[in-house]
Amino acid sequence: MLEIITSQISFFGLLLIFFIGSAFSLLVQKNDRAANIVSSLFAITGSLYGLIFSICLILTGRTLLITSHSASFPLLSMSFHLDLLAAFFIFVISLIALFCSIYGFGYIKHYFKQYNIGALGFFYNLNIASLILVVTAANGLFFLIAWELMSITSYFLVVYERNDKKNISAGYLYLIMTYVGTIFIMLSFLLLFKYTGSFDFAIIKANIALVPRIIKDIVFIFALIGFGTKAGIIPFHIWLPAAHPAAPSHYSAILSGIMIKTGIYMMLRLFLDILQPIPIWWGLTVLIIGSISALLGVLYALTEHDIKKLLAYHSIENIGIIMLGLGSALAFYSLNLPSLALLGLMAALFHTLNHAIFKSLLFLSAGSVINEMHTNNMEKYGGLIKFMPHTALFFLIGSMAISALPPFNGFFSEWLTFQTLFQGIRQLQFSSQWIFIFATGSLAFTGGLALACFVKAFGATFLARPRTTEVTKAKESNFSMLLGMGSLAVLTLLFGLFSGYLTTIFEKIGQDFSIFKNVSSLSSVLGFQSLSTNNNFASVSAPAIFVGLIIATLLAVIVTKYFINRKQKLVEGATWDCGTDLNGRMEITATGFSRSIVLIFKGILKPSIQHEVEYHDAENRYLPKSSAVTLSVSNVYQIYFYQPLSTSINKLSLRVKNIQSGNINAYISYIFLALIIALFSIL
Amino acid sequence: MNILSWIIQIIFVPLVSPLCIGIIKKTKAKFQNRQGANIFQPYKDLWKLFHKDEVISSEASWIFKFAPFIIFAVTILVGASIPLISPYIQNTLTSDLLVIVYLLSIGTFFLALAGMDTGSAFGGFGSSREMTVAALAEGGFIFSLLAIALVSGTTNLSAITSASMFNHSQSFLSVILAAIGFFIILLAETGRFPFDNPATHLELTMIHEAMILEYSGKRLALIEWASANKLVIFIALAVNIFFPFGVATSFATGAVIIGLGAFLIKILIMCLIIAILESGIAKLRFFRLPDLLAVSFILSVIAIGLIN
Repeated sequence: MLEIITSQISFFGLLLIFFIGSAFSLLVQKNDRAANIVSSLFAITGSLYGLIFSICLILTGRTLLITSHSASFPLLSMSFHLDLLAAFFIFVISLIALFCSIYGFGYIKHYFKQYNIGALGFFYNLNIASLILVVTAANGLFFLIAWELMSITSYFLVVYERNDKKNISAGYLYLIMTYVGTIFIMLSFLLLFKYTGSFDFAIIKANIALVPRIIKDIVFIFALIGFGTKAGIIPFHIWLPAAHPAAPSHYSAILSGIMIKTGIYMMLRLFLDILQPIPIWWGLTVLIIGSISALLGVLYALTEHDIKKLLAYHSIENIGIIMLGLGSALAFYSLNLPSLALLGLMAALFHTLNHAIFKSLLFLSAGSVINEMHTNNMEKYGGLIKFMPHTALFFLIGSMAISALPPFNGFFSEWLTFQTLFQGIRQLQFSSQWIFIFATGSLAFTGGLALACFVKAFGATFLARPRTTEVTKAKESNFSMLLGMGSLAVLTLLFGLFSGYLTTIFEKIGQDFSIFKNVSSLSSVLGFQSLSTNNNFASVSAPAIFVGLIIATLLAVIVTKYFINRKQKLVEGATWDCGTDLNGRMEITATGFSRSIVLIFKGILKPSIQHEVEYHDAENRYLPKSSAVTLSVSNVYQIYFYQPLSTSINKLSLRVKNIQSGNINAYISYIFLALIIALFSIL
Repeated sequence: MNILSWIIQIIFVPLVSPLCIGIIKKTKAKFQNRQGANIFQPYKDLWKLFHKDEVISSEASWIFKFAPFIIFAVTILVGASIPLISPYIQNTLTSDLLVIVYLLSIGTFFLALAGMDTGSAFGGFGSSREMTVAALAEGGFIFSLLAIALVSGTTNLSAITSASMFNHSQSFLSVILAAIGFFIILLAETGRFPFDNPATHLELTMIHEAMILEYSGKRLALIEWASANKLVIFIALAVNIFFPFGVATSFATGAVIIGLGAFLIKILIMCLIIAILESGIAKLRFFRLPDLLAVSFILSVIAIGLIN
């Protein structure tokens, strides 16, 4: 049985399910209901099968190598390499796609008669297939084709709600940033091709010694920009907060949960596998970028009151945290500390999985809220916990997981990341040590600020009184949406509780890297699933924390309810209102909640406040007719990076324009000059 | 003595915490030339609150009703996990420094949500201020403990405490700097001067009191008790992590009794320090607080830099 599941045929079967799903949803696009059933059914079946397939691959430790050469395109080979890392990413893709598709089945219903459901199913299924292709491709050119397929299908999903002008411009920004990233990826592949003579990852890896050091550094920078754009590292993240709110919610979850992780996947593949050995500054650079992304991501999230943009900025933060694990893995390996490098890699992988789970949970529950409220603006919510109690609970669980509160999964991967960084502080010399201290500090503050941000997000959305009448009309989501969210919520807890066992699997995946053969991460799992690292430098047990919390809470409830006093009454009364009539406008808003943090970080966030008062009589300004206050923050990367970039490109274009004189003689001389230069360069 | 040590470990924090509040209040009263209430008054207050009827806002959801229990439970679990009188209770399950930091965050998280839940403007602003202070305190909190963890070679708090003070001697300066950094965090996290005034109900100044304004009866009792527990937890961390004098080094009866005595004396001294400080200094303006928290963080970073 295992033989069949982990065979080549089975892998192609997996891809085929999604391709058939996308073709069939186009066939039945006339009928909304049928298209929804077909596309969801194939997506769910495919993901379920992908889940089984990847689990079997990981547990058996089998790797699949599928090569096919065609004579007409000698450089392009449709070859796949399914090692454990690829299998792990297929697992993450299938897991998230499964629950997003279950959720989507209920969610898509509100598009009926508005948009083409068949097209949605087509692009959705094709996108999942292309994600699987991206993480399994073993040839650079083939990889780029898969990468393009992924980008294009996701573009069409981002602009799916095309009647909204904002979505179109968000999609445009996404497309530009994707192509800028892809150009850098192509350049780095071409550079590698020039020196190794192949696009095949295995051959590049074997011949990596032929690549000069300076070229390798350039490849690193290009790959970091290219894949970093997809992953959403600062300052290449600007498409994320635009594209995530535009996409349908069940696809936002995939966008944030999986697609940005493909950037991380290729960084792992390139930096830890293909380009080894590498200089130390690569790792330290990744660490610094990770720290800045984490800290700035959470700070910008705090300024947001668009719930999906807030979540998008948290994706940037979490990508930063994953980069901290990756960066320390790179740095440690260059410093000849392979055990610690393996630990850093495990932390990065674990956080990749965890972030995929809790972020898709948060996007799905935010999607349910938006579906009922018809706006992304948190200031229009309030008190939704009474109208959507289950969604509120799932969002709460997601918030606790992303804020790294034990015993949910987010805590344990951050714990591993922290422990890796601690070892860097402990064992490294001066300059690298300070970079690790900086990274640890940014991770510590990120944790605190994320907690504040999710108190704000949950409080403003679900607690207190409704701020608009729309809230009182909100209804709980339908069953399939609740099932999708509920399963993910259970998973956040389960993956936390079994964090000990999971790290052993991550160690196994890490050991599949050729540089980590026969390396132990010095972490072990003891009694109570207690996970200990670095020869008992630290240890933690998820079940003990969970059981301890449950027992202590039950004890508190039982003692206060049944022993101390059984007679006391519970009276309902109005909130103390200082004698006025409290209404929804008097409670704290999302903007107000984070205002003090924004003001404290005013050096980075540059908040501004504008008062506009219109007077009845402009001459003597006593009686104001209307007044408005505009609070805003300005983006430093916009001011210091993108604006100078665009002005310099414009200036350069103006200069270049001068050579276009319109005189045909001049053009002929240009051709002549170009010919001579070409001849000389060939000779 | 093994079982007895365990029992003491679990019930010590909730048992002693009201007494600490009583001592601080009494000392402050003396400084203000007042007689002050009996030091056992907080126990009576709790007893009284537990037997009162409750009024709960009609706006409140289950978060508001459930929060006091989880906040209290967290302090019980943390109180049982940190090293108190005998670090020889080797706890490798829940005694990691990050576990303690993030477990306490659960309490902060639910307290802030409960503050927002009733829709009162006070509660919301209290939550906002609390989260601001908590977020900025996180760096100093982790780093001050980390400095000692690096000196002792483990992040397990009970293992840190059992490492003898004399092992630290070459890192003496680091320990002192980290201790000062931690003391600032103690004041911030437990809502003491100059961060918050635990005695006031004036809306301009309050943080903690603003969040719990709507609570009454047994839920108020639980929250008051939990915040007293939190104070003892932080005091215990301060005295046992940074100055582990006199902790019991074995399960022998004598050692445990000496450990208990030494610990009580250290707690008393810390309570007196806090009370004297509160009588002597004024509360800082809210936007001055980040500076103080930054001082704590920087002191801890310097402490880490000085190790080796």
